[in-house]
Amino acid sequence: MTMNLYAAQNPASSKVAARALDVHYGEKQALFAVDLDIRAGEVTALIGPSGCGKSTFLRCINRMNDMVDGARVSGSLTLDGSDIYDRNVDVVQLRARVGMVFQKPNPFPKSIYDNVAYGPRIHGLARDQAELDEIVMNSLEKAGLLGEVEDRLQESGTGLSGGQQQRLCIARAIAVAPEVILMDEPCSALDPIATAKVEELIDELRENFTIVIVTHSMQQAARVSQRTAFFHLGKLIEVGDTEQIFTNPQQPLTQGYITGRFG
Amino acid sequence: MQTLTLAVVLLLLSTLAFQLGRKRAFAVSERQSMPLHSLPGYYGSWVALWCGLPAFAILALWLMFEPSLVRELVVADLPAAMRDLPADRVDVLVNEVRNAAMGHATADADLAVAAEHYNHLRHIGFAVIAAITVTIALAGAAFAWRRIQPELRARPRVEASVNVFLVASSTVAIFTTIGIVLSLLFEAMRFFNMVGFMDFLFGLNWSPQMSTRSDQVGSSGAFGMIPLLTGTMLISLISMVVALPLGLFSAIYMSEYAQPRVRAVAKPALEILAGIPTVVFGFFAVITVAPVIRSVGEVFGLSVAAESALAAGFVMGITLIPLISSLSDDVITAVPQSLREGAFGLGATRSETIRQVVLPAALPGIVGGVLLAVSRAIGETMIVVMAAGLSAKLTFNPLEAVTTVTVQIVTLLVGDTEFDSPKTLAAFALGLMLFAITLGLNVVALHIVQKYREKYD
Repeated sequence: MTMNLYAAQNPASSKVAARALDVHYGEKQALFAVDLDIRAGEVTALIGPSGCGKSTFLRCINRMNDMVDGARVSGSLTLDGSDIYDRNVDVVQLRARVGMVFQKPNPFPKSIYDNVAYGPRIHGLARDQAELDEIVMNSLEKAGLLGEVEDRLQESGTGLSGGQQQRLCIARAIAVAPEVILMDEPCSALDPIATAKVEELIDELRENFTIVIVTHSMQQAARVSQRTAFFHLGKLIEVGDTEQIFTNPQQPLTQGYITGRFG
Repeated sequence: MQTLTLAVVLLLLSTLAFQLGRKRAFAVSERQSMPLHSLPGYYGSWVALWCGLPAFAILALWLMFEPSLVRELVVADLPAAMRDLPADRVDVLVNEVRNAAMGHATADADLAVAAEHYNHLRHIGFAVIAAITVTIALAGAAFAWRRIQPELRARPRVEASVNVFLVASSTVAIFTTIGIVLSLLFEAMRFFNMVGFMDFLFGLNWSPQMSTRSDQVGSSGAFGMIPLLTGTMLISLISMVVALPLGLFSAIYMSEYAQPRVRAVAKPALEILAGIPTVVFGFFAVITVAPVIRSVGEVFGLSVAAESALAAGFVMGITLIPLISSLSDDVITAVPQSLREGAFGLGATRSETIRQVVLPAALPGIVGGVLLAVSRAIGETMIVVMAAGLSAKLTFNPLEAVTTVTVQIVTLLVGDTEFDSPKTLAAFALGLMLFAITLGLNVVALHIVQKYREKYD
């Protein structure tokens, strides 16, 4: 049954592909043999109860788990067919291709301009000031923040409202022109109006980026994603088109979770 | 000794009062078949407080006023010839009487009589105060014991007394500070009556030797504090040049790079440095560092004084490393992990993250810690006394001997002192200046640290 499900995934168009991915934190195993394909140009939502491993999976894709003491990854995880955990992979370059937006807005205590310019600067993406200005303006524009901050680019990024801060963090991530953007519950610290704005933004960003979003809100998964993967206790239970997962789940666990019987 | 016995007796009475009050609370509650408002222990404590507090208060007052009272009476009974002596001579006589009363022999018959009188007065005084305090203790206990009723709100009353006790404790601490400042201030005022304030503050010459007799030559006395201030600043600057990079870099290593196992060993090891007495650092400066600096200087053809600002400042810097390192470690660790992740997530390397994100975020806290270290350096005494020298030269050359404010305070007050000469009083004026400078630095430092805290909490 489950095998049929994976056959439905098309490896040719998958941007990120996990095969038999195991993750251990010290003695504790956090992910069990996950096989999952993330398709290019789509929003993939990862849902499941707390501690189910969805954030762990997300953090494997840009190797943020490297920071965690005692974290071990085995199995295969590829980006455009090349192994993310290969010894020759430069983490700095990987993270330039795979950007990340965090649960809590975390702008640097710098000006709005410097926040967005940070990534391009460390990766040397702009040859001169004019190019850098262009990148910053473009990124703020794409993040839907430019109109609100145009006249105060030199003010501190920490002075913005929570929703603006989160869109600033999104602008900061897309300024590096990544191919994939990982979002770890990006709206959990925001009010409903700010959440609506960020969701709208995610939908627009889909044209240019492959997006993976972890969310606790099933409505959010239904609204923003094209595909949804359901995790439970470190295992991938089911993955499919969002509409199918929410209207016609194949697994009883998925059914139970989306109808609110547990989680 | 007698007073101690009395205090123990009063304590025992209070303990007894506690037991009686507790029993009484049970009994009253049972007799009236009404539940107690508070736990029985509170009734006991309430009775004990009524027993002990007034008695101890009276005892404390007595101890405060007894010496002057007895003194008055003894002086009044001295022969008229002695009584009419100038005040300082009478003081000497009273001291002799006290010594005689303690059992030391005295040649003067009048004083022997006075000593006997003195002892007699003290005995009577003690008997009276013992009787009064014990009576008050018993009366207080009885008063409280009789008032125990089930509806008596004993708990709030006992709690209120805890509050009073705590307020009293902090008041003592605050008033001690005020007292120290005032004593500095008054002595400094006396100094400024003899030496001009401006001459002291801006004078370029420091030579505090005064002629004590009019026929002495060569010592005029000059009290310009600028050379001391420059010496202090020079040594503090050298110490910060040593301590700041070493402390900050070790903090960065401990908080960002070190494996937990390394950190568990290295951090306490660094803190041991803070536990070495400064006098030992003084040896180190004089015996080890100064000769090394000297011989290195010779290699380069520089003449280095045996006691140099460089040696003192260098060793002082080492003593400040643990302070800077542990304060910086705290603020660096307090920078939210989310900021580091944000930078790592954009592909920043570890050192880029630290330089461009973590340190700027921690900067206010680090600046606050550094200012605290500077005020410690300015007030440090032992190392500079041993290693910096005494010559009040107005120089910025770190290879020469300089002197500091603290060193001069020590030398002014060591040995025979007379508290009416500007030479001695100058120490208080210097102390006041030192206090003003370090207080200012501490206020600024705490303000900066506070501002930083508000940002991330």
